Amino acid sequence: MRRDAHIEDLLRRLAPQVLGVLVRRHGQFDACEDAVQEALVAAAVGWPEEGVPENPRGWLITVADRRMADQLRSEHARRRREDRVAATASADAALAPAPGDEQSAEHDDTLTLLFLCCHPALSPASQIALTLRAVGGLTTGEIASAFLVPEATMAQRISRAKQRIRATGIPFGMPAEPDRAERLRVVLHVLYLIFNEGYSASSGPDLQRGELTREAIRLTREVHRLLPDDGEVAGLLALMLLTDARRSARTGPDGALIPIAEQDRGRWDRGSIEDGIALVTDALSRTPLGPYQLQAAIAAVHAEAARAEDTDWPQIVALYGVLERISPNPVVTLNHAVAVAMVRGPRAGLGLLETLDGDDRISRHHRLEAVRAHLLEMAGDREAALASYRTAARRSTSLPERRYLETRAARLR
Amino acid sequence: MKYMLLIYQNPAGFEALSEEERNAVFNDVDTIMKELSESGEWIGGDGLADPSQTKTVKVRDGVPAVTDGPYLEAKEHLVGFCLFECENVERATEIATRWPDARHWAVEVRPLMEAGGIEM
Repeated sequence: MRRDAHIEDLLRRLAPQVLGVLVRRHGQFDACEDAVQEALVAAAVGWPEEGVPENPRGWLITVADRRMADQLRSEHARRRREDRVAATASADAALAPAPGDEQSAEHDDTLTLLFLCCHPALSPASQIALTLRAVGGLTTGEIASAFLVPEATMAQRISRAKQRIRATGIPFGMPAEPDRAERLRVVLHVLYLIFNEGYSASSGPDLQRGELTREAIRLTREVHRLLPDDGEVAGLLALMLLTDARRSARTGPDGALIPIAEQDRGRWDRGSIEDGIALVTDALSRTPLGPYQLQAAIAAVHAEAARAEDTDWPQIVALYGVLERISPNPVVTLNHAVAVAMVRGPRAGLGLLETLDGDDRISRHHRLEAVRAHLLEMAGDREAALASYRTAARRSTSLPERRYLETRAARLR
Repeated sequence: MKYMLLIYQNPAGFEALSEEERNAVFNDVDTIMKELSESGEWIGGDGLADPSQTKTVKVRDGVPAVTDGPYLEAKEHLVGFCLFECENVERATEIATRWPDARHWAVEVRPLMEAGGIEM
């Protein structure tokens, strides 16, 4: 089924709003989510033929509401048969909105839904699946093909996530203030994972996976619209835009990966770069510093260099220094080492890498060996570089990355 | 991360198991498969027919040669495989530890190669 692009965009934007209205009306997130999916499918099939209704949001709410009523009626009948009314009514009450909590028709529950779908009680795989379905409005089949798993596997992840939400009685509402920052961090991390899944796939053969990038940017833009003063939301959006700007330059015609230094910068998307730079510049000037802003700032420094040799490496070293202080992790150290090598020479970079050799989180990872190989090559130690490239290639579980590393090794042979 | 579990058996050794032990193997497999399906980690998998049913195909200078029996000579054979996706290698290894054939012979856990990658 080929969906109309305009209708598809409209449905994805309306999906969380319609779901929010239903959950506020009936409680029972899991049943409401199914009803909204059915309404979305009905619209996706019907609207291209019959035209988009005058009030598409109202149409979807009415159809989803009707499905929900049908479902409740049959469920009540079943419950009467089983004589379990009292036992289940209290479980439903836990999810039902408090009196007076009904919101205006234009109230947007997108953020509340994101917090629910990215609840820390769910596994990351479930958070991602449920976010794409309940907030992104994607079908289970679309999500499954984007993650290259059977539809039954993805359906199971979604239904398990919904069961867990019901079983743990997670309320439908914004997290209370002391938790909100930490909960937002989880939401942003889920969006970041969705983006990365799509971005790494866009060098592969499957374009549908690449669509995850577009979806992650769209959802992050929504969060930015709802929380315009949060610097980390702006930072993540900027990071995505600045990274995605390199999309068409980062692979050759044969699908081989091209490192940033060798990319044709004329193919970088200038519009995305300008948006990303504006976002991160604004965030840095008026909000507390955070890791996404810093990563976006580093991406912006790369984007501002007309040629690879014009890159302002001292500034990148300084930014990585701050990033290591506020959000230390081995991947940051790895990238920091590359920048240090560009400023103070490869031996200085290699010295920084040695601090990672005892770190279980990365010591066996192909990226550590790949960076070491690159710095050894810079230092003119061909033999050691060759050995490191080969080790890195053997450790990599990505076909294009392994191919890249094997090509680098072959050049030194 | 996606992993393939490669399950090895020694056919003579399997025949030598008591009926109780054989049933335990089948029951344990059912239990793990059910758990992996419910958790959304299961992707697929199957058992393989006896090694004697194998055709080994070699093409040399464009000429195919087809022989009966497995390519690698060994007492242990691949009897089945399954694919699952889980959070990390620790979880994958834990699943392997519980696979009953690991008690008698061995199972291997190998990560799948991904089609995508990120520029370095």
